Amino acid sequence: MSGLMQRDRVYEFLVPKVVDDLDLSHGTVLYMEDVSVSFDGFKAINELNFYVEAGELRCVIGPNGAGKTTMMDIITGKTRPDQGAVWFGQRMNLLRMSEPEIAQAGIGRKFQKPTVFEYHSVFENLEMSMNGPKGVWPTLVARLNVEQKERIDQVAETIGLTEHMNRSAGLLSHGQKQWLEIGMLLMQNPLMLLVDEPAAGMTHQEMDRTVELLTGLAGQHSVVVVEHDMDFVRALNSRVTVLHQGTVLAEGNMDQVQNDPKVIEVYLGE
Amino acid sequence: MILRILKNDIGGKVFLLVLLTTLIAVPVLNQLPAEHTFHISIYTVTLLGKYLTYALLAVAVDLVWGYLGILSLGHAAFFALGGYAMGMYLMRQIGERGVYGHPELPDFMVFLDWQELPWFWSGFDNFGFAMLMVLVVPGLLAFVFGWFAFRSRVTGVYLSIITQALTYALMLAFFRNEMGFGGNNGLTDFKDILGFSLQADSTRLALFVASGVALALGYLSCRALVKSRLGKVAVAIRDAEDRTRFIGYKVEYVKLAIFTFSAMLAGLAGALYVPQVCIINPGEFQPLNSIEVVVWVAMGGRATLYGAVIGALGVNYAKTWFTAAFPEIWLFALGGLFVVVTLLMPRGIAGLFSRKKGGES
Repeated sequence: MSGLMQRDRVYEFLVPKVVDDLDLSHGTVLYMEDVSVSFDGFKAINELNFYVEAGELRCVIGPNGAGKTTMMDIITGKTRPDQGAVWFGQRMNLLRMSEPEIAQAGIGRKFQKPTVFEYHSVFENLEMSMNGPKGVWPTLVARLNVEQKERIDQVAETIGLTEHMNRSAGLLSHGQKQWLEIGMLLMQNPLMLLVDEPAAGMTHQEMDRTVELLTGLAGQHSVVVVEHDMDFVRALNSRVTVLHQGTVLAEGNMDQVQNDPKVIEVYLGE
Repeated sequence: MILRILKNDIGGKVFLLVLLTTLIAVPVLNQLPAEHTFHISIYTVTLLGKYLTYALLAVAVDLVWGYLGILSLGHAAFFALGGYAMGMYLMRQIGERGVYGHPELPDFMVFLDWQELPWFWSGFDNFGFAMLMVLVVPGLLAFVFGWFAFRSRVTGVYLSIITQALTYALMLAFFRNEMGFGGNNGLTDFKDILGFSLQADSTRLALFVASGVALALGYLSCRALVKSRLGKVAVAIRDAEDRTRFIGYKVEYVKLAIFTFSAMLAGLAGALYVPQVCIINPGEFQPLNSIEVVVWVAMGGRATLYGAVIGALGVNYAKTWFTAAFPEIWLFALGGLFVVVTLLMPRGIAGLFSRKKGGES
């Protein structure tokens, strides 16, 4: 009932569920408005507003418990917020879609811990991740055509794993697994990539490669990167959003954000 | 087509070649005079045929356990249901030759003083319909069971326990006379199948060959499934279920489809088993039976399919030999075998071959 009393919102039952085409006419890919979620009374996300432009590379930073991962969970449909609206483009209401539907719609997520299918080869990992019909029957009778093979080769080249195509993913190094996971996301041809701590546990060389990879992807895809490593964020040279206690504390480029008194207080003050 | 399915499957090629040779050699050797060294008695032929149906059941279990990660401790239930469907057909074939000589009702119904055939027995005098039910009944049960279990995301040990409960519940139900499946005596006293006497050597040979063909086809269809992209997705679900869901596959439906298919294979195995042993009773639903199947698969080697066949044949041969030679210690021997295999050969007997070939496949 409380929903009906809030006159500034569209009534729940009037909100359309899924529309096939994504309307990006306003240039914004993702809208999160007034989103709150609490776990056992703890407000993980608190009236958060967050927007992502088409083709933008965005970094999200913030201390532990700021709600970064929860925010990702809400976008991908893993967690349902208590209130608020989350829209993908102008027409897709993410709150009404299941996890696979959201993935199909074009939001790909890379997890903190690299989870690739260790038993399968790099090629098979990419093959399975390819966008297209994923029902039981189409999957059973699926055959790779030349175009699709080319696409797999192309993505493998982007992520620098061409030479490792036929190795089991379980035998790759940590950094290579991270890239493979990004490659798996790319196979889905996503409009937006959510990348959770890509640099964790990487060597410096691997980090440089990752920066190259991510900046290369922006433009064709919107990329949202959650990261702790400040050098890495600086190297990405993008717009930065600082989260704190579930809300946006500051937004701007890295220099602006670092000189923001509120940010300094949160990071250094306590 | 077959060659394409078997590409890179050396174990499978060897297995099918051996199976084919056996299917040809056994009937030939059976024709030899009884005193000949290489003569194979009809008793042995039926025994082998029974093992082949067990092997098909093991392949069905390996498909869901080895490739999909569902440890089903209730697959014998699907086997038994397929067996009952076949048993009902064989019952109807007895006709007036029953002890009570009733033209329509099987003996146990006359004994219970039933006046007419229950509705669910109708149609079973037709072989085609009965064969359809052999697949449909286990398939439907697996579908409904899987629908609820997989949708509520029950996995791992909990799922195994529920499958165990399923077969136990069915056993208790089939023990009841009111169910209309012969109670604890089950269905027996079969006379003939498709007009051929079940006691005739030629029928027994035919059933043996049919079991072998069913095993070969079952193996090939499972291998084709495993090699398809769906098979790769199944393994992905086994290893990282959430990840598979995230790249857009409806994990529940994949599980449901493969589980149902596996149950149908188990039903087919049961249907071939019953005419060879000439009895089906609720004992087939015993939880222990399902666990034994899992032991065969574990011993033979999971996720190889042919390993399941090796395990089923090996353990059952050992069982036949042991229960004849040292009847009291059979269960200890089975337990001991299982311990030894799990400790020393984590990838089962099939794992020994692939290690010789040179490590990881």
